[in-house]
Order: sequence, then C-alpha cells, then structure tokens
Amino acid sequence: MSLWFWIVVACVVSYATKLVGYLVPAKWMKNERMSRVAATLTIGLLASLTVVNAFSSGQQLAFDARFGALLAAAVALVLRAPFLVVVIAGAAAAALLRLAGWG
Amino acid sequence: MQSPAVKVGLSIAIATGLYGISFGALSVASGLDFWQTVALSFLLFSGGSQFAFIGVVSGGGTGIAAMSASALLGIRNGIYGMQMNALISPRNWRKLLAAQVTIDESTATASGQIDPGEQRAGFWTAGVGIFILWNLFTAVGALAGNALGDPKQWGLDGAAVAAFLALLWPRLKGKEPAAIAVVCGLATLLAVPFLPSGVPILVAAGVAGVIGWFSRQRLPAGMAPDIEPYDEPYSEHDCHHMVLPEDATASRGRGKNGPQERRPE
Repeated sequence: MSLWFWIVVACVVSYATKLVGYLVPAKWMKNERMSRVAATLTIGLLASLTVVNAFSSGQQLAFDARFGALLAAAVALVLRAPFLVVVIAGAAAAALLRLAGWG
Repeated sequence: MQSPAVKVGLSIAIATGLYGISFGALSVASGLDFWQTVALSFLLFSGGSQFAFIGVVSGGGTGIAAMSASALLGIRNGIYGMQMNALISPRNWRKLLAAQVTIDESTATASGQIDPGEQRAGFWTAGVGIFILWNLFTAVGALAGNALGDPKQWGLDGAAVAAFLALLWPRLKGKEPAAIAVVCGLATLLAVPFLPSGVPILVAAGVAGVIGWFSRQRLPAGMAPDIEPYDEPYSEHDCHHMVLPEDATASRGRGKNGPQERRPE
C-alpha cells in the first residue's frame, strides 16, 4: 500500500473520531474509564515516540547525537521555553554534536 | 475585541499556528512530500497525531503502523467532542465544522470560560484561527525543509526528539503520568530490537491502554504545549473537564478559575 493510502485513512479516522464525539448520546461520557484510557494512551504514545526517535535506528538501539538533543530539549523545557525554542534547541544540539564528530 | 475569549483564542492561535513550521520541516525531512505534509495539516489536523504519523515513518515504520499510532493518539479528540457538544452545542452543519477544529487548544479555550457565549467565541476563535495559521505555517515549514538539504546536518532528527518531548512534557503533571511515561518508554526500548519498526510504539500504546483500563485514579488528559489560556494552569483542573457535567447548567456555575468545588463523584 502506498503512503498516500495510509495518509488518507489516518485523515478519515481522525475526523470520524472527532465527529463521533458530537453524535453519541451525552450519557456515554459518564464512562470515566474511557476518558482515562484516552489520557494514558496519549502519555504512553508520546513517551514511546520520544524514545524511538531518540534511541532507535531501524531495529537497533543507538546512542548518538540525538541523545544530546533529548538533554537539550529537557533543559529548555525545565526553563519553560516555548515549543519552537525547545525544537530549535534539540536541532542545534544534534547538529553541533555531529559537527564535533559524534554520532 | 471586547470579548476576553476571543483575545485568548487569538493569542493561542498565533502561538500554536507558528509551530506548524516545525511540523512542516520535520515532515518533509521524514520522507513525506510537500502535498502529503499539507494534506495531513488540512485533513488530519491534530498536532500530536500528525507528529506521531511522521515520527513512525521517519523511523522506517510502515504506513499502517503510522496510521495506527496517529489514530490512537487522536482518541482524546473524541472525548473533547463530547464535552464541546455539551458545552457549545453546535447545530446542523456547524457540527461538521466544529468536529474538524476540535483539538486540545480549542477545547481548553472554551472550557476556561463561564459564559456560554464566551465559550462559543473561544472555541471558534481558537479552532478556526489555529486551523488557518497551522496550515499556512505547515506549508512554509515544508518549503523551508525541502530547501535545507540533508536533514541530519541540520539536526532535524534531534528536532523531532525535542518535539515529542515537548508534546509529552505538559502532560506529566503528577506521579502517575510520569510513571506511565517511564513504563511505556522502557517497554519501547525492550521491544525495538525484536519487532519491526513502528510496532514498538503500538506495544507501548497497548501497555498504556491496559494501565488506563485498570487504574482507578483520575488522570488529566494534559494539553498541548504553550497552552495556558488562563491564570490557573489548565492542567490542574484538566481531569474535571474529562467528566461531563450533570447538565449544561452545571458547567455554567463554575468560577472563572475553573471548578474549584468538587463535583459529586
């Protein structure tokens, strides 16, 4: 399947998910378990995506300049920097470490 | 510009719209082309899910894995939809439009207002404002990313790492969210060497789902970065928004700083 196909599927699923919220009876919302699962899924997926992008290279674990990016981003977040500054800090750290010859 | 909700909505739209630049640049760096990048912002329109999609693709994952990660991350938008349906009750065709702009930011802006008119104004200003700017800046970022050449030289893979950490960060208020993040991160590390690219992320989602299913604690959904529309951090009363008020009038009794009073369990 081409990438375009899955992009379209992802877009349809995203819109359907949002729309379902407007169409189901309000009492469904009483289900606290569903809200909780939605919240834990969000946290778990973002944590996993952070780890994969920082430490994996295909199917192998890697320890390279991206670790520096992770640290730089964490420092920027502790200093309450806005999103774009955090992203730039990550890019700068990775680029500089590579320039210095690591990873 | 008398309406406070419109003011808040506009400032959030500018802050959030701007980081569409980083999505656009990272998306083309991950291998999507310009039009695929633009399509994600226009049609999928949910920052976390869009980053998830390109994050899986850039790691060498399949399209179906990317779609699954993006779909799972978007489930919270369905919950927001239920809240917004109760709070701002759009009619007829407006429902179709409201659904598309139902995201972290528009939900947070609407939920922080007391007056129903202001709730509506906040929702639409933030939602439509972000939609326009996010798409505009996605295109700018994609063009810039294409012009950069080798993404690694510019540290764009490091930028992706930073973006995911920044999306996660505001959701880590409290011990339980942090513990979930650590457990899911470790599960991912363990799974990477044994499973095809992209699948470890779905394993982590499974772990997170099981924790959510059996946990008894109320958890805030957490909001996207740069979203603190009001004085009191949204995250502190976030979990109350995850539960629908008894009826529409219950939510109107809240003070400006959100539901200080405990709702009956």
